Amino acid sequence: MDYDTLRHFADTYWLAFMFILFVGIVAWAFRPGGRKSADEAARIPLKED
Amino acid sequence: MRNAAESIVLTLAAFVALLGVAFAQDDLFRIHAWVLFFVLAASAIFMFRRVIVAPAAAVDQSQYLDGPIRYGAIATLFWGIAGFLIGVLIASQLAWPDLNFEPWFNFGRLRPLHTSAVIFAFGGNALIATSFYVVQRTSRARLFGGNLAWFVFWGYQLFIVLAATGYLLGITQSREYAEPEWYVDLWLTIVWVAYLVVFLGTIFKRKEPHIYVANWFYLSFIVTIAMLHVVNNLTMPVSLLGAKSYSAFAGVQDALTQWWYGHNAVGFFLTAGFLGMMYYFVPKQANRPIYSYRLSIVHFWALIFLYIWAGPHHLHYTALPDWAQTLGMVFSVMLWMPSWGGMINGLMTLSGAWDKIRTDPIIRMMVIAVAFYGMSTFEGPMMSIKAVNSLSHYTDWTIGHVHSGALGWVGMISFGAVYYLVPKLWGRDRLYSLRMVNWHFWLATLGIVVYAAVMWVSGIMQGLMWREYDADGFLVYSFAESVAAMYPYYVMRMLGGLLYLIGALVMAFNIAMTILGHQRAERPLGAPALQPAQ
Repeated sequence: MDYDTLRHFADTYWLAFMFILFVGIVAWAFRPGGRKSADEAARIPLKED
Repeated sequence: MRNAAESIVLTLAAFVALLGVAFAQDDLFRIHAWVLFFVLAASAIFMFRRVIVAPAAAVDQSQYLDGPIRYGAIATLFWGIAGFLIGVLIASQLAWPDLNFEPWFNFGRLRPLHTSAVIFAFGGNALIATSFYVVQRTSRARLFGGNLAWFVFWGYQLFIVLAATGYLLGITQSREYAEPEWYVDLWLTIVWVAYLVVFLGTIFKRKEPHIYVANWFYLSFIVTIAMLHVVNNLTMPVSLLGAKSYSAFAGVQDALTQWWYGHNAVGFFLTAGFLGMMYYFVPKQANRPIYSYRLSIVHFWALIFLYIWAGPHHLHYTALPDWAQTLGMVFSVMLWMPSWGGMINGLMTLSGAWDKIRTDPIIRMMVIAVAFYGMSTFEGPMMSIKAVNSLSHYTDWTIGHVHSGALGWVGMISFGAVYYLVPKLWGRDRLYSLRMVNWHFWLATLGIVVYAAVMWVSGIMQGLMWREYDADGFLVYSFAESVAAMYPYYVMRMLGGLLYLIGALVMAFNIAMTILGHQRAERPLGAPALQPAQ
C-alpha cells in the first residue's frame, strides 16, 4: 500500500463512507420518536447533585 | 496502613532521579534531574509523615470522590494567575525590551511558559477537575480506580513543573504548544492513559443508562489529545540520559504534523473539553435542561468529523501542497456551522430565564463565554480563508483571535464552572460575595475587549505596512518601522491583560474566603435600590 493507493481510497470510498455515516448520525439524532429519549437525557444533570 | 506504598514508590523514584543526575549526558538534563529529585524527595518526606499504621477504614463506594476535584479547583486558580502574570510580563517585554532578563527570563523562554501555563496548567486542571465532577454526577457513580484519580492530579502537576522548569532552563523541542522534551512527553503519556482509565472506567460502571453529552465531549478531548500528543512527539532522543531529541518527521511533513497537532489542541483541548463544561454547568447554573439535546448530538459529531482537517490553514502560502491548504481552509469554513449551532444551543438554554443574566453574575460569565465562543469561531474560519490570511498571517491579528478565544471562551467558562463548584465541593451555602463575581466579570470583559480591539488595529496595520509597495514596486516600510509603529498597541495590550489578571486576583480572594467559610453581607444583585422615604 503506497501513498497513492491510500490517497485514492481516501478521496473516493472512504470519503463516501464518512459522508454517509455523518448523514446517518444526523438522521438518527432527528429521527421521529427521538425527542422523548432526548428530553429525558437532557434532564440527567438536573436530577441530583 | 495508608500512604506507605506511595511513600516507598516516591523514595525509589527520587533515587532514580538521583541516578539521572549522576549519569546525565549533558548539563541541562543534569539540572532537570536535580529538579525532579528535589520535587520527588520533598513529596516522599511529605508522604512518610502522613503514613497511618492503623488499618484503613473501608471507603464508602456510594460516595463521590471529590478530593482530587477540590485540589484541582485550587490548582486551576493558582496556575491561572501564574499564567496570566507571565502573560502580562511578556506583553511588557514586547513594549519595553529592557525587561528581557537574560538568559532565563527572556521572551523566547517565557513565551512557551505563558502558553503552556494558561493552556495546559490552567485549562488542563480545569478540564480534569470538572470532568471528574461531571462524569460522577451524570453517571451517578464514584470515580473508577480508587486512588488513580489522585495519581492523575499529582502526576499532571509534576508534568507542569517539569515542563515549566525545562523552558526556563532552555530545554525545548521547539514544537508549538508541545515544547517539552521527550522524557516529559513520556511522563505525560503515562498520566494521560491513567486519566482515560479513570474516566472510561467511571462511564462503564455508570448507573444512568444514557451517557450524557458532556461526557462525550470530555471523552473525545481525552482520546484525541492522547492520539495527537503521541504522534506529534514521535522523536528520537540523542541519549537516554540527555535532554535533546530529533523529530521523526522532516521538512513540510514535520510542519504539517505540528499544525495537525497544534490546531487540534485548539479543537479538542480548548474547544471540545470546554464544551463538555458548557453542556453541564450552563444547565446546572440556569437550572434548565439544554435547549436542544438533539442539536448537541449533531454539534458533537460535526465537530468530530470536521475539526481534525483544519490544521493546514496554519500553513497557507508555504511549501505545503496547494490542495492541502485549500482542504484546511474549506474544513475551517465548514466548522462555522456546528460551532454556531453549539453557541445557539448554549445561549438558548436561557430562553424564558433571561432575567438571570441581570441577577446572577455566574450565568452572566457563562453567557459571555458562549458569546466569545461564537465570536472566535466566526473570526477563525474567516481568517482561514486564504485571501484574508494573506493579510492576517504572522500579524498580531492572530494573537488577538487566540486571546478572544482563550480569555473569552476558555477563561470565562472555567471561571463560571469554578464559581459553581467551590460552594458545592466545600459544602458552603453560597459564595463569599456575588458582587465580587460581578467585579471579576467586568474587569475580565473589559480586559478582553481592550486586548482584542488593540490587536485588531495593530495586526491589520502591521499586515498593511508589510505589503505596502510604492509606484516603483519597492516596499515602503522596513520591518523595524512596523515594529516601532506597534509600541502604543503593545502598551495598551499589556493594560488589557493586566485588567484580566486583576479580575482573576479578585476571584482568588473570593474563592479563598468561600473555602474558609465566610459570607460577605451585601445587597443582592438586581434588587431594586432603596426607595426614598415619602
